[in-house]
Amino acid sequence: MTDLTRLSAVETRQAIASGQTSAVEVAQAHLDRIAAVDGHVHAFLHVDADGALAQARRVDDGELTGPLAGVPLALKDVITTEGVPTTVGSRILEGWVPPYDATVTERLKAAGIVILGKTNMDEFAMGSSTEHSAYGPTHNPWDLSRIPGGSGGGSSAALASYQAPLAIGTDTGGSIRQPASVTGTVGVKPTYGGVSRYGLVAFSSSLDQAGPCARTVLDAALLHEVIAGHDPRDSTSINAPVPPVVEAARTRDVTGLRVGVVKELQGDGYEPGVTARFTEAVETLKELGATVSEVSCPHFGYALPAYYLIAPSEASSNLARFDAVRYGLRVGDDGVRSLEDVMALTRAKGFGAEVKRRIILGTYALSSGYYDAYYGQAQKVRTLITRDFQRAWESVDVLVAPTCPTVAFPLGAKLEDPLAMYKQDICSIPANLYGGPAASFPVGLSEGLPVGLQVMAPTLREDLLYLVGGALEDAIPYAVPPLTWETS
Amino acid sequence: MPEISRDEVAHLARLARLALEDSELDKLAGQLDVILGAVAQISEVTDAADVPPTTHAVPVENVTRPDVVTPSLPRDAVLAGAPAAEDGRFRVPQILGDAE
Repeated sequence: MTDLTRLSAVETRQAIASGQTSAVEVAQAHLDRIAAVDGHVHAFLHVDADGALAQARRVDDGELTGPLAGVPLALKDVITTEGVPTTVGSRILEGWVPPYDATVTERLKAAGIVILGKTNMDEFAMGSSTEHSAYGPTHNPWDLSRIPGGSGGGSSAALASYQAPLAIGTDTGGSIRQPASVTGTVGVKPTYGGVSRYGLVAFSSSLDQAGPCARTVLDAALLHEVIAGHDPRDSTSINAPVPPVVEAARTRDVTGLRVGVVKELQGDGYEPGVTARFTEAVETLKELGATVSEVSCPHFGYALPAYYLIAPSEASSNLARFDAVRYGLRVGDDGVRSLEDVMALTRAKGFGAEVKRRIILGTYALSSGYYDAYYGQAQKVRTLITRDFQRAWESVDVLVAPTCPTVAFPLGAKLEDPLAMYKQDICSIPANLYGGPAASFPVGLSEGLPVGLQVMAPTLREDLLYLVGGALEDAIPYAVPPLTWETS
Repeated sequence: MPEISRDEVAHLARLARLALEDSELDKLAGQLDVILGAVAQISEVTDAADVPPTTHAVPVENVTRPDVVTPSLPRDAVLAGAPAAEDGRFRVPQILGDAE
């Protein structure tokens, strides 16, 4: 039979259900693939071979069924897994083994999905390249000298190097969509509150949202349906039906759909190749029957500064829980030093440079005297950005823009220039501040590297994302990563 | 004029319980100055004056549940992840100084 690691999730399930292969064979093929290539890519921080094979056996024994039963998945290391290490890419949680599963993890397991392991990420999901992982960067399978995006670069690289057909990411300012864009994969940020945050290690609680990643649109929709839905353990979880994402991914008809191109997310600073692929894809949507117009969202230009005040402020508060008492690292406890000194030494040792930068930035933005000018003002701008979206929905059904202004840049290129790194998120942040769903779909290559098109939709209308993604998938041939490093 | 001084960064680091090295403070002060210079453009948004702040993307009312005891994580499983535990509790470094 064909190489099991090259199949989509849907094809994998069909092969298992029809008896052509078994879930154990599929799991083993992916574990072998990881052993063969992850030395080059470094998508995984931890591979749970025993857990994966045990789960696959349960599927083969008929204990677990469903449209994705037996399909392997790569889980971002920000989501807790009972008995399996969860580091969030940080030294401060090195060696911590959670005593509980996140709701996302529980739902994956109940659906018979086989979790292969935990994927690399920028520490605490702060970054756009995975270079801020305390455990070393992930490499982009399209070109190992380039970034796989961030913070969920491990998940996107695992997909693009055929180490898993499915992955979970989390998106606070673009950490699902930008990695999808630069690896030529599909990544969807659901509506805020659409997927439970219970067991998702918090970075910025008003923005964090987990979502599905895959190589095909239908695979992403099927995974979306597994993880989404109300959870009483997350008080911000939305108590409403999950939008019909799978149906939309199958229908993929954009006839009459009103598509708005965001005026403010183009022009200077966007690579010509990115603009070219984006423009062609919009033209394709028009040919498929969508109507296209330009829409102005005048406050989107202020989304980046608003985000880099709000997210670090929330992070500085959330990360206070790493106090050298309850979990993870403790440094300098010599029996003489005070709790406070041990705490400060532990945090200085356990957090990396980017996390420290954001904690200090957030502490500053929240301090008295600056609060109104920075944090307060940023929250007001958040309202204005939301109003830009609401005004747009009066004339269009979805908004589109490039996912990211550039293709994957070389590792190291922006490491010493935090502001340049932050600008990677310029197109993705507005949707986080608004809270509506957004996705990145591959729309071809620029200079041999993938380009993503971002679709943004009204709150709880993720079905529209899948309509557009499906239509583009049919019209634009999937660019297969050459993986030239494999044979060299 | 810089947005933030090295002394101010050192003060913030103390507030945030981060025992930073001198070299880290030097580097951070410069970087934060650049970042704050960029985010300060938020003040240009003059039409924000009379706008209510958004704290959360999706407005939710207070969420309550019946006041019923439900199972929590086993104590030993939680303490197993702690850096130090003793007698079924988290063990912490000394909180009071020598004089007390």
